[in-house]
Amino acid sequence: MNSIKNTFRDLLHYPSAVLGMTFILLLLGIAAYALATIPYSEAVRLWRGGEDVWYQNPRYAAPEWYNAFTKIKRPISFRANSADGGMEKIVTPASEDISSVEIKYAFDYDYDTPPQEMMLYFTTTYNQKLPFESIIWHTPDGRDIKIANTAVDRKTTYRFSQDPKLQKTLKTEQVMNALFMDMKAEKPTIIKGRYEIELVGMTFESGSDINAEFVLHGDLFGVAGTDKYRRDLLLPLLYGTPIALAFGLIAALGTAFLTMIIAAVGTWYGGWIDELIQRITEINLVLPFLAILIMIGTFYSRSIWLMLGVTILLSIFGGSIKSYRSIFLQSKEASYVEAARAYGASSWRIIFYYLIPRMIPLLIPTLVSSVPGFVFLEASLAVLGLGDPLLPTWGKVINDAFADGALYQGRYYWILEPAALLMFTGLGFAMLGFALDRVFNPRLRDV
Amino acid sequence: MSTEPLTASADSSPVPKKSLADSAFARLSKYMGLRLLTMAVTIAIGVYLTILIANMGGYVDTIMRNDIRDTTTQAILANPQYRNLKSEEKQKLIQSKIASEEKRLGLDQPFAIRSVKYLINGLTLNLGRALHMSSDHGSKEVRLILLERLPATLLLTGSSELILFFGSVFIALGLSRKYGSWLDKLTIALSPTSAAPSWFYGIFLILIFAAVFKVLPFGGLVDSPPPTNKFDYALNVLKHLILPAVSVIISSIFLSIYSWRTFFLIFSSEDYVEVAKAKGLPPRDIESRYILRPTLPNIITNFALLAITLWTGFTITETVFVWPGLGITIYRAIGAYDTPVIVGSTIIYAYLLALTVFLLDFVYALVDPRVKVGA
Repeated sequence: MNSIKNTFRDLLHYPSAVLGMTFILLLLGIAAYALATIPYSEAVRLWRGGEDVWYQNPRYAAPEWYNAFTKIKRPISFRANSADGGMEKIVTPASEDISSVEIKYAFDYDYDTPPQEMMLYFTTTYNQKLPFESIIWHTPDGRDIKIANTAVDRKTTYRFSQDPKLQKTLKTEQVMNALFMDMKAEKPTIIKGRYEIELVGMTFESGSDINAEFVLHGDLFGVAGTDKYRRDLLLPLLYGTPIALAFGLIAALGTAFLTMIIAAVGTWYGGWIDELIQRITEINLVLPFLAILIMIGTFYSRSIWLMLGVTILLSIFGGSIKSYRSIFLQSKEASYVEAARAYGASSWRIIFYYLIPRMIPLLIPTLVSSVPGFVFLEASLAVLGLGDPLLPTWGKVINDAFADGALYQGRYYWILEPAALLMFTGLGFAMLGFALDRVFNPRLRDV
Repeated sequence: MSTEPLTASADSSPVPKKSLADSAFARLSKYMGLRLLTMAVTIAIGVYLTILIANMGGYVDTIMRNDIRDTTTQAILANPQYRNLKSEEKQKLIQSKIASEEKRLGLDQPFAIRSVKYLINGLTLNLGRALHMSSDHGSKEVRLILLERLPATLLLTGSSELILFFGSVFIALGLSRKYGSWLDKLTIALSPTSAAPSWFYGIFLILIFAAVFKVLPFGGLVDSPPPTNKFDYALNVLKHLILPAVSVIISSIFLSIYSWRTFFLIFSSEDYVEVAKAKGLPPRDIESRYILRPTLPNIITNFALLAITLWTGFTITETVFVWPGLGITIYRAIGAYDTPVIVGSTIIYAYLLALTVFLLDFVYALVDPRVKVGA
């Protein structure tokens, strides 16, 4: 316990270690938050969801904070629903069967470009007589534009830009420009101010009701933006953290401990076991690691846990077995091992209670430094298109972005966000591992 | 007679020297022969394991069957003798031919025997025919598809590895001389950046130099259409080589410099180096004779390990830069589900790795005095 405290105190002398630990703690915090707020099945459902889940988001939207860095302010997407009180709704009964349902929503529009599209999603309840709806648009400069008069079915979607009647009344196909700009001016600009959408509805049965959801697709969305399939990138960024950490840590721990146990067993028993382990190491050196993972991913399963297992299996017999072996060969002859042998300790007891514990200080820096390699391996597989088909991971985001030509099209956020998280993870563990190496290997400390 | 040993030792040093050289050569060739043999066995086991993994789902069998079906169908359809047959009869003929061919090639034998056959096929690079992909010359032979891609991969790996290796060793030597300087500290501070693989830096480099500043191409080997002049062609390839090579170099140079620097520092505190310094030898001589020479075997081992780790990383770097090498071929094969190409490239990679290990063993044997004198 005391030695751990001392190690920790030593570590605090290295600024890189402190920075590394901060990164790791931050990532652990994100991972805990993601796991606590989004259950596994929900994450998979959202990530695999199509238009029905993500219809409210625009495609290819950059994150909202882009506006802080640009002169031209682009519109931020939003939505409002009358069912949950997001839109003001007043129901006035006119007679026994007929009642009017008035839904209003006002919003400030202070951006320099028009939105991509606006939509209204109506949900109505009725038995036989369809409710009727009039849509009216109020602009800040006092114009009232009749958008549409229509009967609304149980589920009706109204898209402003795609209504030919509206295009005719506005005398343009650029519906958004006409609704948000002063078209009479020489150089039409956006009229900034408070816009209002008014939905005047009539129901013709008792118990009949109308609810509406207003969705504005801007150029920007949320903290992280969206991808080609309208998915909020915050989901894979958040949920990718626990997956990346789990993959990296399990692979690093599994590889390090199994390698050490195998090296210890080999050196302790010697003879053909030792010989066999060394030959396997040599063969393993020739096996193309990534190519085999690719083969398994293509032929059998892309499950991340299978990949993890194969990764550990192929990494156990790595080059570090040789360095462990040379150290074990020395400690095998040490007097405390001799003493253990004299009191009749079994081979397993000597291996697990005498040989291995002495090596743990040496193991820890290697273990910590090997985490980034495994985290990036998972991302690499995803970039090759062999990522887990179910799970949202950072690598999959990079793969999607790359496959869609995000770099050519200037959608840098799509690649840079997961890349930044990967970088933080890599740097965090690498910096801590470096410092640990210097703390535990005094020979490195003076140089 | 009794004077002979005396005279021998007195006048002729050439005689024993020659015999020493002879025996050194004999030892070297014996050592290399032994290494070659073990390496051959290692490759065989590696390829066999690859085949085992690949055939767990019967994939190699399918490759063989497709190959047989393709060739027999083609042969019968192209044969003028059978032109007048009805299509039904033709089908029957094809089926019976395929069955006999499968029997001839032993596809009905148990897997233990079949796998040995596949092993021999794999070792002789008889890799079968691709399902969908074809080489630039239109051949469907997996071997040709892969060998056609090899030069591009070798160009990228070779150039970046050589720069990386010599660059890091010499910079490290310089730093070890001035250790504690701000440059030295900067290198130490930057060394954790090597945690990220080359494709990762590649993305950033593409973003900066291709997408934003538009000074270097996004990827590929040459412009399209390629320049006709040979000199221009070479220059064009060089221009395309810059970003992938730089990304490979950035991804490992700082860690590499750091580890060499530490290594040299530890070695330069050895007693014999101190003695050389005390004698007043110039620093260059100390470096080349007292530090570099004795550490040469370690340097070479490290070079081999570096080469092996880089081989693997190139798959993705090539994909990111659309570099037409082996790596991107694998990537495309994954996309097209072209199993023969995937298995074939795994085998080619196994060969490349083994070749690297063997070559470096050879150089090792040349520089390591323990091998030379047979200690």
